[in-house]
Amino acid sequence: MRNPYRSQNIAFFFLLLATLLIVVPVGLIVVVIIQKGLPAISWQFLTDIPRQGMRAGGIFPAIVGTAYLVTGAIVFALPIGLLAAIYLSEYSKDNILNRLIKLSIVNLAGVPSVVYGLFGLALFVIFFKFGASILSGSLTLGIMILPIIITTSREALESVPYSFREVSLSLGASKWQTIRHIVLPNAIPGILTGTILGLGRAAGETAPILFTVAAFYLPQLPGSVFDQAMALPYHLYVISTQVPNVDEKIRYGTALVLLTLVLFMNLVAIIIRYKFRKRKKW
Amino acid sequence: MVAKFEIKDLSVWFGRTQALKGVSVDVRANEILSVIGPSNSGKTTFLRMLNRLNDLNPDFSMGGSVEFAREDIMSIDVELLRRKVGMVFALPLPLPLSIFENVAYGVRMHGARDGRKISRLVEEALKQGYLWDEVKDRLEESAFKLSGGQQQRLCIARTLAVEPEVILFDEPCSGLDPVSTAKVEDAMVRLKERYTIVLVTNNVKQAARVGDRTAFFLSGELIEIDKTDRIFTVPIDKRTDDYIRGKFG
Repeated sequence: MRNPYRSQNIAFFFLLLATLLIVVPVGLIVVVIIQKGLPAISWQFLTDIPRQGMRAGGIFPAIVGTAYLVTGAIVFALPIGLLAAIYLSEYSKDNILNRLIKLSIVNLAGVPSVVYGLFGLALFVIFFKFGASILSGSLTLGIMILPIIITTSREALESVPYSFREVSLSLGASKWQTIRHIVLPNAIPGILTGTILGLGRAAGETAPILFTVAAFYLPQLPGSVFDQAMALPYHLYVISTQVPNVDEKIRYGTALVLLTLVLFMNLVAIIIRYKFRKRKKW
Repeated sequence: MVAKFEIKDLSVWFGRTQALKGVSVDVRANEILSVIGPSNSGKTTFLRMLNRLNDLNPDFSMGGSVEFAREDIMSIDVELLRRKVGMVFALPLPLPLSIFENVAYGVRMHGARDGRKISRLVEEALKQGYLWDEVKDRLEESAFKLSGGQQQRLCIARTLAVEPEVILFDEPCSGLDPVSTAKVEDAMVRLKERYTIVLVTNNVKQAARVGDRTAFFLSGELIEIDKTDRIFTVPIDKRTDDYIRGKFG
């Protein structure tokens, strides 16, 4: 007789194999980066400017630059993305045009980041004459993460049960009151998660900032949004490929800082979502 | 008797599907009008017409007219209409707020700011919904902690808090046990003095127990409407008789 469990065991084996194929390389990357980068981490490394042609000193300007860029991107992308998501999920009629808009937003999330970089160069740097600046870089990164924010916010809004809206409307509340008092408060965890995932993406990308903001070497901190700035991902690229004889320790140290930053943001997203899920009342 | 609603030759379509076919009926002040009929008979569509909840469906279209207090409902401000015509849904649907805030929600949305006035309205509404004694010490708790029957009475109180003239009940006891059902029915009968009630129900016996008049719908048509005891003793149409006796539906 055929063993009915055998095909199940074979399936389990392949599922486990697929999972390991994903988990193991990721784990190895993290381990290698920590192993090689940790010796470089010191208070001086985090707070000093790069010295001796970036072969010594710290990465403070790059950390600050990335912080500015990410903040700028979110200040620009969150309000616009959220409003667009509210329009798309609550107000837009279900017709071909709106379906096309929704489809293209989803597709925009998959556009290579270098394309956003070129777009930012053409629009912000050249056309609006912002030059290579924190403003141009932030706007470019903002546009890049807009699709992520819109898509996740839309999903969060649409996951609020339709019956809540009906109840609110049946009590004589207006549509906007319903959105403001019932739909939005219950969609916040999803919206925050999307926002922070967008943040992580913005912090880690090199291509969009390459033409729009990133400075090869700029030992002082930026003074205004019209200044260029260093940024962690680009700095990493520079010291890994453009500058000869940079100590491996410094390169991995920079990578470790960037990785920690992104992981930390994702961790915050997870914690927020967990807290709100526990509070969820239906 | 004064008519709250005058419905003339009302037809409703959702896309190409016709849900109501030329229904004409009056809803009188301070009566309980029960609406019975098998599923897909159009009785819920009829009910949701009265507070224009059907409007939310993008495929909705209608013919004929519905007048509320002698005014075409399509020309009344929809938020105002829904304030005056409250609704209790089939399933208990508390909002994800505290017990107090559930009842206060409608009042707040209509612009009330005075905390003391809101508290007074909430207390009054909960008393009218026969829930006050059970929840007065736990008003700040989530409404989801209440039992199903309590939740449904909370929904009734929430509807009462905005001081409507008409209350629409859409199979309000379909998810409740007999004891809770009795409490909700009891509340309805007492509310009749101050409100006009339209009750859609799948439970024929419930219609017989609480309704002053009963309307029987079948496939989107109003077959018969009369005093409840007449409908249940000497119905004119054979289909009404068959349905009440449980021969179909």
